[in-house]
Amino acid sequence: MNSDANPIWTLVWTFALMSFFAVGGANSAVPEMHRIAVDVHHWMTDRQFADIFAISQLSPGPNVLIVTLIGYSVAGVAGALTATVAMCGPTAILAYYVSRLLARSSHSPWPGIIQAALVPLSIGLMGASGLILALTSDRSWLAGLITVAAAVLAFATRLNPLWMLVAGGVLGFAGVI
Amino acid sequence: MPPDSPPAAIPAPEIPASIPPNQPGLLELFVAFAKMSLAGFGGVLVWARRGIVDQHRWMTAEEFNETFALCHFLPGPNIVNLSVVFGSRFRGVAGGLAAFAGLVGPPMVIATVLAAVYARYGEIDALRRILAGVACAAVGLLLAVVFKMMMPLIKKRDVVGLLIMVAVFIAIGLFRLPLQAVLLVGIPLSLAITYYMRRRVNG
Repeated sequence: MNSDANPIWTLVWTFALMSFFAVGGANSAVPEMHRIAVDVHHWMTDRQFADIFAISQLSPGPNVLIVTLIGYSVAGVAGALTATVAMCGPTAILAYYVSRLLARSSHSPWPGIIQAALVPLSIGLMGASGLILALTSDRSWLAGLITVAAAVLAFATRLNPLWMLVAGGVLGFAGVI
Repeated sequence: MPPDSPPAAIPAPEIPASIPPNQPGLLELFVAFAKMSLAGFGGVLVWARRGIVDQHRWMTAEEFNETFALCHFLPGPNIVNLSVVFGSRFRGVAGGLAAFAGLVGPPMVIATVLAAVYARYGEIDALRRILAGVACAAVGLLLAVVFKMMMPLIKKRDVVGLLIMVAVFIAIGLFRLPLQAVLLVGIPLSLAITYYMRRRVNG
């Protein structure tokens, strides 16, 4: 972390800009976070990024908190706070104004059209998140098997996802991976 | 972590069911969203629905779906948008801020503590192995969400939607193109196609 430019400002504009492109939620922006944190700014390694994603899934709260962890690793507590507010604030203000606008004219077909148009984009983005994270996390065929097993269980059952994370942790600790 | 429910909590079930549109106060908004958020591992939406619709009866199920649909088509973290829109509907800007602070504040403290622990002990071998295992499972959970979201497109035989989805996946996942560039092309294209298809169906 060289102090060639104040990293706080980099966090602010990076995440504020990114939030407007996070269609369908924070997980859609994971590939972009990975590209910026690992490839562009070299804030962390591939492996650290995978770790941070794992920690963000382990901790309670909205998925967006992965930016808190990225912010912390860049600039400590101030970075954590800055990144979180930058990622949440601008779009929350937008949502506030749009909801007030739509409360007055609720018969417009556009919300439906926009939503239908954004859903495929959002799924494609999240699929890309899955691929990029799988490439960084699954370094053996057993690790890949854990991913597949967790995916199948989460897809087909109503089991609390926390159990799958715990099971993954236990298997990892046991040295299976 | 301190326990999040002080003994002074209001006994919720004693509210008579005859007045469905309950009006939450600022503190109530904060506490309700903090509880939903802290209960939500891998997504808060389920808990938000449970809390807002079933437990507190602040909204009917239809109202909740409409509000969530709005927050889903807007950019940014959906559930954060939902908290702001929901809180401000009852208590104006202050209500939006209270709900937002409840949703993001407490888990952010936890995430920051975990980040500090990771920064300090992240290289310890046992922790490394555990995290590697958790990461594998976490990716699986994400993939499951992707497949769940894909099912309606497959059931509707929405070929155009599936093609757009695959194109975005390839552009971002395989070619690692910047998000902005992909979306600046993808969003107008998808909008135009969706609009054209709907007009053809209706006309």
